[in-house]
Amino acid sequence: MTEFLHMGGYATFVWTAYGLTAAALIVLALSSIRGAQKTRERVEALRPRRRKGE
Amino acid sequence: MHRFANPAEFNRLADAILPWAKIIMAAAFAYGLYLALFTSPPDYQQGESVRIMYVHVPAAWMSMFTYMVVAAASFTALVWRHPVALLAGKAAAPIGATFTALALITGMLWGKPMWGTYWVWDGRLTSVLVLFFLYLGYMALWRGLDEEDKAGRAASILALVGVVNIPIIKFSVDWWNTLHQPSSVMRMDGPTMPAEMLWPLLTVALAFKAYFIVVFLYRMKLEINLRKLTVLSSIEARG
Amino acid sequence: MSGGVNTSAIFRAIFMRDVRLAWSQGGTGTMALSFFLIAVTLFPFGVGPEPQTLARIAAGVIWVVALLACLLSLDRLYQADYEDGSLDDLALSPLGLTGVAAAKILAHWVATILPLVALSPILGMLMNLDAGAYGMLVLSLLVGTPALSLIGSVGAALTVSVRRGGVLMSLLVLPLYVPTLIFGVGAIDAAAGMTDPLPHLAFLGAVTLVALVIGPIASAAALKLSLE
Repeated sequence: MTEFLHMGGYATFVWTAYGLTAAALIVLALSSIRGAQKTRERVEALRPRRRKGE
Repeated sequence: MHRFANPAEFNRLADAILPWAKIIMAAAFAYGLYLALFTSPPDYQQGESVRIMYVHVPAAWMSMFTYMVVAAASFTALVWRHPVALLAGKAAAPIGATFTALALITGMLWGKPMWGTYWVWDGRLTSVLVLFFLYLGYMALWRGLDEEDKAGRAASILALVGVVNIPIIKFSVDWWNTLHQPSSVMRMDGPTMPAEMLWPLLTVALAFKAYFIVVFLYRMKLEINLRKLTVLSSIEARG
Repeated sequence: MSGGVNTSAIFRAIFMRDVRLAWSQGGTGTMALSFFLIAVTLFPFGVGPEPQTLARIAAGVIWVVALLACLLSLDRLYQADYEDGSLDDLALSPLGLTGVAAAKILAHWVATILPLVALSPILGMLMNLDAGAYGMLVLSLLVGTPALSLIGSVGAALTVSVRRGGVLMSLLVLPLYVPTLIFGVGAIDAAAGMTDPLPHLAFLGAVTLVALVIGPIASAAALKLSLE
């Protein structure tokens, strides 16, 4: 296991590369999903008010 | 509600695709990372650091692929005035910029043990850097103009000018690079790559593509909702 | 048939007016020229006065500064006409926006860039450029700079309605300038290094031709957008 984490002496580079990739992809995915949900809630909050006014 | 007809259809399509794309993404990531980190052999020259390739190369592929998506969306938006296509470019660009940035960063992290420095003006890294600038310009133009629709079409024109230029930029950078003799050349010729390295590469690439589809669909929903919000609030303002 | 005479007359009128504007009080002509001169002389202060060092970077520095001078002077290529509404009139003329863009790009190149090209040998001396490379310096600038005006025009047209569009425009245009810069400097370096500059020059010309096809059309499309 330590040998695996050690990556033949390249641990810093290999794990930084994988870590940054994972972090960036997760942040982008979560912010996109959250953004889609948030904006949808706002759309739905606006709609009923419109119907009442009509 | 007529003006939402198209986006509504899109939302239904997205909801049908999303579960499948998520399953493929999860499976391909799990299997691909397992292959890349555990079963694939270390390179006889580069040792374990070759494992960076399994995220670097798919990210670089996706950076190009996503730009093609942006360009195709821009073309559709300009020629057929398709409002959903306009938003497709906007939704895809941040994903492409992220992949491009990741290709650059992982390239630098690979370059340090291989070349001894983080940055070498290697032909590939340099063209990816220019591609990153093209993404920045596209996204900046979307934000730069006040009117959404005009901003989108201006950005679409830029994306099309950019896509014509990409082969020229690629060619010129390669040309420049061979003139200036890079300190060390890293070859990654596809056909000569052994199968036990090619498989993890392709599996991670599939995972990245599925990831793109998932995030792209969510970002499309986001952009369509934003568009609805502007329309709804303008109706509200008019009373 | 008379339409042909009409359009060429309009083309010439726009061209002449822009050339005159560039060299009138406060026009971009003198400013771009001064910028070119001053910015190049900054480099010896930055990298040191050793003749060998300067000779090594001379071609690149002159090309990069010419590129920036072009970019700075293109900033307001369409802005004045857009703001005072004359762009609307020009759009309705028989020349069409593509022709208008072509006339303005040509005027920019002739009035603002050609003087830089003419001045470039003097800057070559200041930068200790290799004696065999002067001809190629001028020739490569002549062949390559039209692409800078043409591509820059697209950026200027896209940002015409942005109040401070200059920075945004540089962001859009600079990556697209990379091939021109590479082949332009490559030709001069080849001439200085006694190798064949012709391939570089040929590619430089090819880039300019592509820009010639894209530039006016894309500029017109962008201008049309801003006039809606």
